[in-house]
Amino acid sequence: MAAADSRTWFPALALGVSLLKCLFINAYHSTDFEVHRNWLAITHSLPVSRWYHENSSVWTLDYPPLFAWFQWSLSHVAQHFDSNMLRVENLDYVSPGAVLFQRLSVVFTDGVFIYGARECCRCVQEPKEQRDVLSRPSFVLAVLLLWNFGLLVVDHLHFQYNGFLFGVLLLSLAKHLQHRHLQGALLFSILLNLKHIYLYMAPAYGVYLLRSYCFTQDHRDGSVGWRSFRPLRLLALGSIVTSVCALSFGPFIAMGQLPQVLSRLFPFKRGLCHAYWAPNFWSLYNVLDKSLASLGVRLNLLEEAELPRASMTGGLVQEFNHAVLPSVTPSVTLVCSLLSILPALLSLWGGPWGPRGPWGPPAFLRVLLICSLGSFLFGWHVHEKAVLLAILPLSILAVQNREDAGTFLVLTTTGHYSLFPLIFTPAEFPIKVLLMLMFTIYSFTALRKLHSGQGRLLCPLESAYLLGLIAVAITCEVVFPLSPWQQRLPFLPLLVTSVYCSVGVCHSFLRLYVSLLRPQEKPKQL
Amino acid sequence: MQTWSSVSICVLLAVVVRWGVSLNSYSGAGKPPMFGDYEAQRHWQEVTYNLPPQEWYFNTTENDLMYWGLDYPPLTAYHSLICAYVAKSINPEWVELHKSRGYESPKHKLFMRATVLVADLILFIPAVVLYCFYLTDGSSKNKVSILFCFLLYPGLILIDYGHFQYNAVSLGFALWGVLALGLGWDALGSLAFCLALNYKQMELYHALPFFFYLLGKSVQLGLMGRGLFLLGRIASTVLGTFALCWLPFLSDPDHAMQVVRRIFPVARGLFEDKVANTWCSLNALIKFRSILSSDSQVYFSLACTLLAVLPSCVRLMTKPTFWQFKLALANSSLAFFLFSYQVHEKSILLVALPVCLLLNDLPLVAIWFLHASTFSMMPLFLRDGLLVPYVVTSLAFLFFSIYLLSPLEQCSEEQLRLGAYRKLLFFLPKLDLACIVRWKFYISVAAMAGLSFVTVALVPPPHLPDLFPLLVTSTAFLQFLGTFIYFNIVQFSEPPSRKSQKKKKN
Repeated sequence: MAAADSRTWFPALALGVSLLKCLFINAYHSTDFEVHRNWLAITHSLPVSRWYHENSSVWTLDYPPLFAWFQWSLSHVAQHFDSNMLRVENLDYVSPGAVLFQRLSVVFTDGVFIYGARECCRCVQEPKEQRDVLSRPSFVLAVLLLWNFGLLVVDHLHFQYNGFLFGVLLLSLAKHLQHRHLQGALLFSILLNLKHIYLYMAPAYGVYLLRSYCFTQDHRDGSVGWRSFRPLRLLALGSIVTSVCALSFGPFIAMGQLPQVLSRLFPFKRGLCHAYWAPNFWSLYNVLDKSLASLGVRLNLLEEAELPRASMTGGLVQEFNHAVLPSVTPSVTLVCSLLSILPALLSLWGGPWGPRGPWGPPAFLRVLLICSLGSFLFGWHVHEKAVLLAILPLSILAVQNREDAGTFLVLTTTGHYSLFPLIFTPAEFPIKVLLMLMFTIYSFTALRKLHSGQGRLLCPLESAYLLGLIAVAITCEVVFPLSPWQQRLPFLPLLVTSVYCSVGVCHSFLRLYVSLLRPQEKPKQL
Repeated sequence: MQTWSSVSICVLLAVVVRWGVSLNSYSGAGKPPMFGDYEAQRHWQEVTYNLPPQEWYFNTTENDLMYWGLDYPPLTAYHSLICAYVAKSINPEWVELHKSRGYESPKHKLFMRATVLVADLILFIPAVVLYCFYLTDGSSKNKVSILFCFLLYPGLILIDYGHFQYNAVSLGFALWGVLALGLGWDALGSLAFCLALNYKQMELYHALPFFFYLLGKSVQLGLMGRGLFLLGRIASTVLGTFALCWLPFLSDPDHAMQVVRRIFPVARGLFEDKVANTWCSLNALIKFRSILSSDSQVYFSLACTLLAVLPSCVRLMTKPTFWQFKLALANSSLAFFLFSYQVHEKSILLVALPVCLLLNDLPLVAIWFLHASTFSMMPLFLRDGLLVPYVVTSLAFLFFSIYLLSPLEQCSEEQLRLGAYRKLLFFLPKLDLACIVRWKFYISVAAMAGLSFVTVALVPPPHLPDLFPLLVTSTAFLQFLGTFIYFNIVQFSEPPSRKSQKKKKN
């Protein structure tokens, strides 16, 4: 990379990945393609009052209003490609023009992501000594963000607009790292009104902003100085958040549609787990239940006839009754999620703050990650894609801290592998394998190089676990489909994948907690 | 970062791009009755699987040569046979005699694309990696950059994975030959090249440099001593390889002659379609096809080709170094492309391979040429519905080759080897030749981009339906001709000194 000047590598990386995305235009796309096409049609051809009532397609609008407006603005470009895709009655409409437009819209709105990634790269502290461009933290971070396997697969094969949304998130994080808290809060409240899944992160934002922005002084020992509370700052924050929400939900409140909108946004009628179990705590819980049940049958403690039926199909059935362990309700998952993030929030509030103290943006990022991972692990009806919520922000920490780099390697490898079942078509199989290999090889070698001389990143057990993933992959993706069991137990590979990966995700959650609560090595100031 | 990881990332990326292109359409998709090259390859599988080798090249009741009859040498037929066995085991319908004609399905497409990828992974990509690591100068970073550009050359990717052909096999064998000669394993090199020649007769474009390089080397070693021994070894390797490849057809001389007639169809005319070679480009001015009889067309083009190849081959024989060999490969294949009989637009890939070998030595001209070669095949890509991959891969190649190899910064007169031009143009006032070359590069890239855009966006005037393809081919032809002259002049000027090689920053 002869002329890789410090200024030009970022555009080169961004352009490269954007061109690669364009190659996948004709690749497989999931039903989410139709979902977004339908939303384009709804927002384009119906009045605002009908947006959240329209139900001629099963894929009703279930994102917050700002995202609907985003689709509305896209639809104005879409009509120049193929105006037939904007008709509500054209269900499952696919044409070359529609595909081209939808794919390109994802590629182009990823511009926000590229901008966000660049802002984050600017916040990274460069080491003093002049290093080779390729082993600078900012370069590594740029690759980890821009070339992220999960984002490529979910957005450009499966089809979603996560890149754009994560761009807003990264921008908001970058503003916080630069201590521009009001801008950060504004961006985050916009993000919440684009996709409400980011509510998972809201507790960390709330505590952090309250603690570091609304209180300006700390005691000597770093605990909060209650007297330094600035009501005006709280007011400013509050007015930003409420005005964004008012802008987004206001029209619907005025039309008296708020309950309807909320019922679309939070459908609690779905099951505990998605059809394919996300690699979280509940997948371990289900398997434990399953094994206990079969053990009970074998020891004649349980009658097979009494067991709930269809529970071994690996989750085809949405309503899921556990056989031995108590069944889980939405409120239980809510309590579990809250309990799992509570210690982190408390430590963020009470931790040793100070102008030069170790607490600050890195701790905020860690708590943010714990929040998103905690709700991923214990949440109700979690999608496997939600793991990206933790992977992308963790990249920022991974290039600066050795311990976080280890966590990153465990989490990304398992989290990314757990996305494999998302792309199940044979034609796209090479793409997912190759992209995953590329990203994993890069993240391992680059992070090792970056933190060389500070001891190893992973303990032998973790390395063995990650190597085991290769065996799981070969078994599930190659050997199993050719074996006779494929007919009898078609869901077994999904089950194995999700259970194996959930161990890794749980482990990285614990690792994050350890690095938060035991900051023996001083984290670098951002 | 360790070199192994950057190399593996490069290779993985190259494969992802290849597979990404292969998701698109192929030649003749859904276009009965003749379909395209995809159907041709499938048909050869059908024929080779169901008929005995004695019938492969003959027009029989079971084998209709008018419908994509086999017209490549035996190795292609064997390759088709192997693929056919795999196809049969997956789905017998794919190779059923007669009934499978025009068979198309997503699964079958996946299978066909996979066969291309497998051949590429086995033959071409390893050869490129080894070439970049053993026969390229510079730091390991520089080698990785060269590897990256070499693997991402869009022309080959688009033809093999888009249009559908197995050029990676013949070019891969040829590259193994070059690699072996570069490392001094002459017999192995000639073996690999014979395989290439037996896979695709178009590899003849490269045959003369191989021959003259080995001949020159033998002469240098002394024709009475070790040189003779070397020559004998090579000759026996060549004869042995050919005999093995042609074994099923040797029992009857008539049979072998029929294969040769199939491989070299002289009845097809001087050129077909729109090709960026001399005959097609001059056709607007002189109608060779109506002036000359069919036979004299063959002799005339043969004479022109030999005349064009001669200087570089003579030079190579007197100075059989690897540098001269690479240049002679480029010159000879370009001469064949520009002047020989029955040239296809895809044959430019045979020129692109040796030019890729020169990426490290003459980055600007090599990138320029490679880009022009992809551009020259644009009408074909548009016909196959490969517009998006064409635009994406060409842009990526143009940007990353310029970014990684920084040819525009390394273009002093010395680095571009313009000394001879300076002497030739002594009568002109002192010009900054390097600057002129750079501007010519900018202008030609802009012209190619503009023509690509115009071809896609505008409808040609009704009385000139072929206007845009003709403009495309003649633009490409001018650039090919310029490159041909340039490479010949470089070959006749002094070889690069080690010093100027080292001065290159990496």
